[in-house]
Amino acid sequence: MLRASTSLKSLPRSARSKLVRPSRPFATVADPPVRRYGGLKDQDRIFTNAFCRHDHGLKGAQSRGDWHRTKDILLKGDSWIIQTIKDSGLRGRGGAGFPSGLKWSFMNKPNWQKDPRPRYLVVNADEGEPGTCKDREIMRGDPHKLIEGCLVAGRGMNASAAYIYIRGEFYQEASHVQQAINEAYAAGLLGKDACGSGYSFDVYLHRGAGAYICGEETALIESLEGKQGKPRLKPPFPADVGLFGCPTTVANVETVAVAPTICRRGGAWFAGFGRERNQGTKLFCISGHVNNPCVIEEEMSIPLKELIEKHCGGVRGGWDNLLGIIPGGCSVPVLPIDKCAEVLMDYDSLKDAQSGLGTGAVIVMDKSTDIIAAIARFSSFYKHESCGQCTPCREGTTWMMNMMNRMVEGRGHEREIDMLLELTKQVEGRTICALGDAAAWPIQGLMRHFRPVVEERISQYRAANGPVMFGGMLTSEIDDTLAVPDNLGANLKEVAAPASA
Amino acid sequence: MLRILPTVTRPSSGLLGKVVASPSSSRRTISSTPARQADITLTVDGKEVTVPQGSALIQACEAAGAVIPRFCYHDRLAIAGNCRMCLVEVERSPKPVASCAMPAMPGSKVFTNTPLVHEAREGVMEFLLANHPLDCPICDQGGECDLQDQSMRYGADRTRFHEITGKRAVENKDLGPLVKTSMNRCIQCTRCVRFANEVAGVEELGTTGRGNDLQIGMYVAKTMDSELSGNVVDLCPVGALTSKPYAFHARPWELKNTESVDVHDALGSNIRVDSRGVQVMRVQPRTNDDVNEEWISDKTRYSYDGLRFQRLTTPLVKRGDRFVPASWEDALSAVATGLAASGATGDEIQAVAGHLADTESLVALRDLVHRLGSDNLTLDQNAGTSSPVHGIDVRSNYLFNSTIPGVERADAILLIGTNPRHEAAVLNSRIRKSWLHTGLEVGLIGARADTTYGYEYLGASARALSDFVQGKGSKFAEKFAAAERPLIIVGSALTEHQDGAAVYNMLAKYVLANKAKLLTPDWTGLSILQRIASRPAAYDVGFVPSKKAASAKPKFVYLLNADEVDPKSIPQDAFVVYQGHHGDLGAQLADVCLPGAAYTEKSTTWVNTEGRSQLGRAAVPPPGASREDWKIIRALSEYVGVPLPYDNVLALRDRMWEVSPTLVRYDITEPTSTDIVLAGLAQLAEKTNGAKVGDQPLKRAVENFYQTDVISRASVTMAQCTRAFVKGEGYGFAGLGKQGDKAEAAFA
Repeated sequence: MLRASTSLKSLPRSARSKLVRPSRPFATVADPPVRRYGGLKDQDRIFTNAFCRHDHGLKGAQSRGDWHRTKDILLKGDSWIIQTIKDSGLRGRGGAGFPSGLKWSFMNKPNWQKDPRPRYLVVNADEGEPGTCKDREIMRGDPHKLIEGCLVAGRGMNASAAYIYIRGEFYQEASHVQQAINEAYAAGLLGKDACGSGYSFDVYLHRGAGAYICGEETALIESLEGKQGKPRLKPPFPADVGLFGCPTTVANVETVAVAPTICRRGGAWFAGFGRERNQGTKLFCISGHVNNPCVIEEEMSIPLKELIEKHCGGVRGGWDNLLGIIPGGCSVPVLPIDKCAEVLMDYDSLKDAQSGLGTGAVIVMDKSTDIIAAIARFSSFYKHESCGQCTPCREGTTWMMNMMNRMVEGRGHEREIDMLLELTKQVEGRTICALGDAAAWPIQGLMRHFRPVVEERISQYRAANGPVMFGGMLTSEIDDTLAVPDNLGANLKEVAAPASA
Repeated sequence: MLRILPTVTRPSSGLLGKVVASPSSSRRTISSTPARQADITLTVDGKEVTVPQGSALIQACEAAGAVIPRFCYHDRLAIAGNCRMCLVEVERSPKPVASCAMPAMPGSKVFTNTPLVHEAREGVMEFLLANHPLDCPICDQGGECDLQDQSMRYGADRTRFHEITGKRAVENKDLGPLVKTSMNRCIQCTRCVRFANEVAGVEELGTTGRGNDLQIGMYVAKTMDSELSGNVVDLCPVGALTSKPYAFHARPWELKNTESVDVHDALGSNIRVDSRGVQVMRVQPRTNDDVNEEWISDKTRYSYDGLRFQRLTTPLVKRGDRFVPASWEDALSAVATGLAASGATGDEIQAVAGHLADTESLVALRDLVHRLGSDNLTLDQNAGTSSPVHGIDVRSNYLFNSTIPGVERADAILLIGTNPRHEAAVLNSRIRKSWLHTGLEVGLIGARADTTYGYEYLGASARALSDFVQGKGSKFAEKFAAAERPLIIVGSALTEHQDGAAVYNMLAKYVLANKAKLLTPDWTGLSILQRIASRPAAYDVGFVPSKKAASAKPKFVYLLNADEVDPKSIPQDAFVVYQGHHGDLGAQLADVCLPGAAYTEKSTTWVNTEGRSQLGRAAVPPPGASREDWKIIRALSEYVGVPLPYDNVLALRDRMWEVSPTLVRYDITEPTSTDIVLAGLAQLAEKTNGAKVGDQPLKRAVENFYQTDVISRASVTMAQCTRAFVKGEGYGFAGLGKQGDKAEAAFA
């Protein structure tokens, strides 16, 4: 049933996309050329040392153009920087995709000068989402881009200091970033009178202890304050009451690191890439069953298929061997092969495909994958990483994990698929932070596109082991000497195997 | 101790919010009342409601009459927003909103009764119950359990949780002899954690682990060492934290609730006495924002079992060295004969008012003694046989003038010879609250103590005070001088101390010299913290000896609830009558024991340290032949030939009104006007002029918080607390400590 309805849903969409393309007019006016995205040229790359082939130190960075006339950028002032970022259409690269210029401008409320509190930029380098490894490459190869970005973004929001909260496991990255900070201080690029601009700015590196939840912006702030990393309630938003009670903006490494280049080359240059509202370039990290997993900077809105074929040597065993792709890290729903062929890698296209760009971590799975096991693994990840503060997430992630673990075997009841979906809906949108949503979406994606696989698994298990009751107990395992409640589905009529659609 | 500085405080809309200084200015407002905030209007379920700005949405919904289920939200604690039970729908918000954590916005439209809200509540309830044991029949919280009630009201009517992996199992924690834990039932609302951290000052209670393994407990295995720990039992919305002494004793629907007043300290905490038949089953707090908010101390809550042991249930007359039960008639005539035989006349007739004497009996006894021609009315304390140094002519000289809520308005507090944590535990929580959320500075003169807030230690003796009043030797003196509302809290033990006169002299002079700040129509910065329930009333009725009487050697001693007397202070040949409810020290000294009623068994007036008179109510009848105390004195007056002119309690209260009208103006405090305070201080300064400052350290007034009066001394629970918390035996690390002792002994 559900499968039929999804295919129905997808139909009008393709029809719509045809409508968008203007039909050939009678007049001989030439069509506006259909713009194809992708194929970022080398001169347009921001992260020129993402492969870590060159020196990551100050000298190397300067040879790649970092710290070039940073003073002039700083002297242009906060409103110019923020306007440039706004013009560039940069959206947050950490997953939520909030327009960065707008977010940074929240720091400069009217009369902000009257507020005596210090103001902070916090850089979220707690990159822990399975599949995501873009910030790692930035901090390894281009740490100076990040440090310079801290200064530029910090100037934009009139921050007095930046804290880089780096994931504890990133040891080498932390040492590279610390080296970059030390070099920048030594060269007078940071500290009092940074870059000779008269603006004083400090950058601190803080190593986390490896909890995924500390990547949530308010949990990160809590953790940075020395408390348990548990998300705070919003409002008040960090821009009002953030780190140590002061106005704070939390931004992803990539967002911050692209800021100097945008300021240097202009917002229009950056906005020239990608579709409207999805402009810019982006680091994509492609992992899984591709011939050449890589982290690559590409233009936004590049077709997913092209991204994989061009940079990763294609799917292992050819495109037709593809089972599904998770386009944005483990917290977005999986896409089946037909969707994968048509989506563009940007926020809106993936949202229309009921998935999301997330962090741009493309996880490719070929037909050898046990998709249920893969999603079940995500469920146990979220169960393990839930902070336990709020009820739906604490209880829901555990429950979902237990059900998914049974689904891997097929040890369940057909009706439990719908129940599991209902559970995901009970978690989604009811929690303090987005971890609840993130735990719910992969399961929803699985059931949306791969429900027949799950159903088949269940019927296989039933065929081998006899009927299974709700909760996973086998009817054959019932102890006759005990009273078994009647609500376990033991007496339900066996559901016929799904008609092979 | 981590102090929440004003700038870091999250805007909280609970009552805590009121003491939070605004982040933008550390300067306090000068106005006495909290700045009146603008009101905002919003719509809840189509009903317009106006609430003060900064209220939480849940408060607005309450105001509109919409009931919002909640577990983690509590008026007096910081907002956690983690149970997600209070989700409501707000117009133009895509997701349901946690109403406890969302500030009410003007003009917003809130819906509390939509399908989305119902579904959200049902979902949260399902998750809460997923790992909650279904053991309501054997759970002590049954019948007063929020989870039980709300699952009936908002939960689904059937379960879907059948996982073969089962439910979460959590090890129980040992929090001491008061709080019983059953951590399987915990729903992680963290009310107890927030209470312990914000109010009680037990910062070791917290959450450990993550996700479904999140556990509540002490970070290191030890007992919850606080005088307020019992309150977590009330706060716990489920049966995870229940009362250990009350475990499996009664169900809430079997209990009769009687609203009464506590007598274990001089705060007059409002309590509810729950009784079944003739037994007090438990004591719970009653909300009174002016006194105890919602908290009571563990002594108040758990010493009720002392009411069952060591009771005097029948009049006793001493024959030789044994007490023989007697009828009331025989006992009272024995007293009359004893009085005649002792040959006591005039001031040789001495009455001693003890800790738990109620106001009615104080007035009656005073009248009786006066009618017998004596003025020898003494108090059951050191130096109780002479008039107290502060005098009793002006109320402000012995009362807590700033009032209890007023403590939160002070921005500098000097504690002299007192540890409020043990003398008035609930008041101490107010100081801690203020210390946490404002820039309150505290200084302490006297014995060092763990106060649950930081303080600057000025010295152990009156010498430190003389330095302080001269502005020498401490930073605190400067801060105190700069404070806008400074407050000096003087312990009641100072009247018993040999340097008491000198201390009062210095204080009176200091206050007079700094009256611009310490004495304004709005603020009286000198407060005496009484620790004994009957003492303010005794001062109010004038239960102190005249100068002449103080020097008389008593031949007839009437101990009214007096159990702290020094046996040596009673002459060998004196005839001693003890009237009271417990067979403690006083009864041992007596020739005749007259069994009175304990505070749960009589409806009497109690005056607290602020001078607030409150009416206690009888929850259970007095046991055996014991009688209400004033009636005993009234009956005795007939036997000794000076009948008192009141036959019922109303007539007695008329008499009390004649003695002091404040005694019968219930539930209010009458502030002393600034002029009278000034006059009182001037008189005090003159009276104590020339008192020498000594070096004798000011000792603790309360050595063992858990055993301060006859009831708590008779209580098994309090004895266990003494072992666990005071001596550190038998709980937590105690076992380890014993091994350690051996090791230490080997080294010694």
